[in-house]
Formats: sequence, C-alpha cells, structure tokens
Amino acid sequence: MASALINVPAKAKRGDIIEIKTLMSHIMETGYRHTASGEIVPRNIITSFTCRFNGNEIFRTDLFPAISANPFITFFTTATESGKFEFEWIGDRGFSETASASISVE
Amino acid sequence: MRFSGAIAAALLAAGVVGAAEIPQAERRSGYDFMKPDTKAMQDEDTANPGMLWVLDGEALWKRKAGGADKACADCHDDARTSMKGVAARYPAFDKTTGRPLDLEQRINSCRTNQQQATPLPFESRELLALTAFIARQSQGAPIETGADPQLAPFIAKGRELYMQRQGQLNLACANCHDDNWDKKLAGAAITQAHPTGYPLYRLEWQSLGSLQRRLRACISGIRAQAYDHGAPELVELELYLMSRARRMVMEAPGVRP
Repeated sequence: MASALINVPAKAKRGDIIEIKTLMSHIMETGYRHTASGEIVPRNIITSFTCRFNGNEIFRTDLFPAISANPFITFFTTATESGKFEFEWIGDRGFSETASASISVE
Repeated sequence: MRFSGAIAAALLAAGVVGAAEIPQAERRSGYDFMKPDTKAMQDEDTANPGMLWVLDGEALWKRKAGGADKACADCHDDARTSMKGVAARYPAFDKTTGRPLDLEQRINSCRTNQQQATPLPFESRELLALTAFIARQSQGAPIETGADPQLAPFIAKGRELYMQRQGQLNLACANCHDDNWDKKLAGAAITQAHPTGYPLYRLEWQSLGSLQRRLRACISGIRAQAYDHGAPELVELELYLMSRARRMVMEAPGVRP
C-alpha cells in the first residue's frame, strides 16, 4: 500500500520561487539491524528520487540507510511555464513509485 | 540504565509524590510541548506522515472484505459525514459484551460480525490505517468520551490503574503525568498524557502507532509486565485517559517526537 503525498502550488506567477514537498511511504530498513535470532534484516531502502518538469530532470537525489522511514523531500524551483511535475522513487527489491502534479503559471 | 537513572532522579527531585489531578484550565496537549518543526509536521497534511495511513485507510474503507462481501462504505457510506466525531466518543460502551470497546476493537467487531471477515491484528498496517482514517474525521472536534453513564464503573477502574504504583520502579502513571508533567525525562518532555492525537506518528517509532502501543511502552518503562493488546485493563486505561481529556481537541493523526 505505498502512497505519496505531494504539495505543489496549483498556481504561480512567472519567476516566482516555489517550494515542492513530497512524502513517500517506505520503511527504509537500514540493513544493519538484527533479528532476535541474530540474522541481519536485509536492507530495503529507497535509493533514488527524481523530479522532472515537462520531461526535463530538475531535481535528483540519492538516498542512503541513515534516512528515516517515510522520507520527506522538499526543494525549491523557479516557476517558468505551466506544466507537469513527475516524481519517481526507485529502491531495493524493485521498488518503483511515481506521482505527478500540475502547475499553472501566469 | 541511564533511562532508569533519570526516572529515579526525577523522583528524587519531586520529593514526596502525592497524586494531585491537573485542573481543567491547566490541561495541555502533548502538541504544546513540541518544537516548532515537529508542530509544523503535524499541522500540514502533506508533511504529516500519519496522512499516509489515512490515505490507505480511505482505500480500505471502500474495499469489500469477508464472507458478506461488504465494504465499510456499503453500510456507513461516506466516512466524512458518517464518522464525523465518532472517534471523539471512543472508547464507547458496547451493549453486546457489556464492556467498553476502543476504536480498534470496534472496527474488528464490525469486521467479524458484519463483514464476516477475520479480525485485523493489533498494530497491523490495515488496522492502524482504518483507525487513522476514522479518527481523522474527528480532527478539530472536542473529545466527548465518557458521557455514557454505563461507562462510569470502567472509568473508575481505569483511574484506579492510573493511580496504582507498579513495576520494579514502583511508579504510577500519575507520578509522572499528574505530578511531574512540566519536567523532563532523559531530555524529553514528560507531558500530561492526554491522548488527543491517536493513532499518531511517533518519530521514535518511525511509524504510526495506537494508544495501546504507547501505554504498553510506558508500562515497560516502569518495568512492569505490560498487558496484552486488547486487554480489558488497557481499554479501561484508554477510557479513563480519554474521559480525563474531555473537551480537549482531537488532533488525529498527531505527530510526536
């Protein structure tokens, strides 16, 4: 039941600096923990997050085991034109989730 | 060891412990004790990780389950109207069993009796999600728990447990949460133990958790034997705490450090 919460302003003026906020559901298991019987709990994390605007990559980050569960990633960008933000999270065990949000720039 | 040392130190500082209840006007939600960044996390729906469970719960609300092949929505329709203010009245008296049920138990009773489905395990993602989704419909509503006179004997039992010293550290809930709520324990605010935001997201847990999980952790902290999930004692304690927080505002899903 993976799900994402995205906060992108619906409208902005051309040249405005806008904040994009994303929250992705994920356990971010570090791979350093042991079970009671001593076995290592296998690593299961998101390894990469990418944001594209109208097809062009505008933000990318790599994630590592020290990042807490349900990573909250925010960044700023400049509103240049109306269009669509596409978000992609990729991780261990074939984890792959996408989400999108539109903005209208006047 | 450091943790228990801190409890002992807090006790010594408090001197003789006499459980005095907190006056109505001085009641404060755990939210009030948090730093601005944690408050901001709770306040904004797209930053509050508890909302991930609420989203899942909304999907589960509409999903058919069990031998009856019914979804919650088939009987209760739109939760935004039908479940408004409901969580603010729980735990509530259940006529069939003659006992109070908390919200999780109420969901499972509906699953067993109406949907003819297997009950969801305590602290499972599904049960937390449904509870969070229902509790969310009461966000901003005043807590009404305990208005039903049939609950009186169970509230009294819950209160008794709250005042009862127990465990190797020989502490009652009241020794911290009534007498020393304005102090700190190992750097963390003790708070007044008003369950206004459950189920809530604890940064320490990296997950959403129920009030029973929180109570069990506290009971282990005073080195007493924790009651099993769903034990009558835990439900009575939940009931007492919710009735003690009457007219405070529901925050679910809350965020706490």
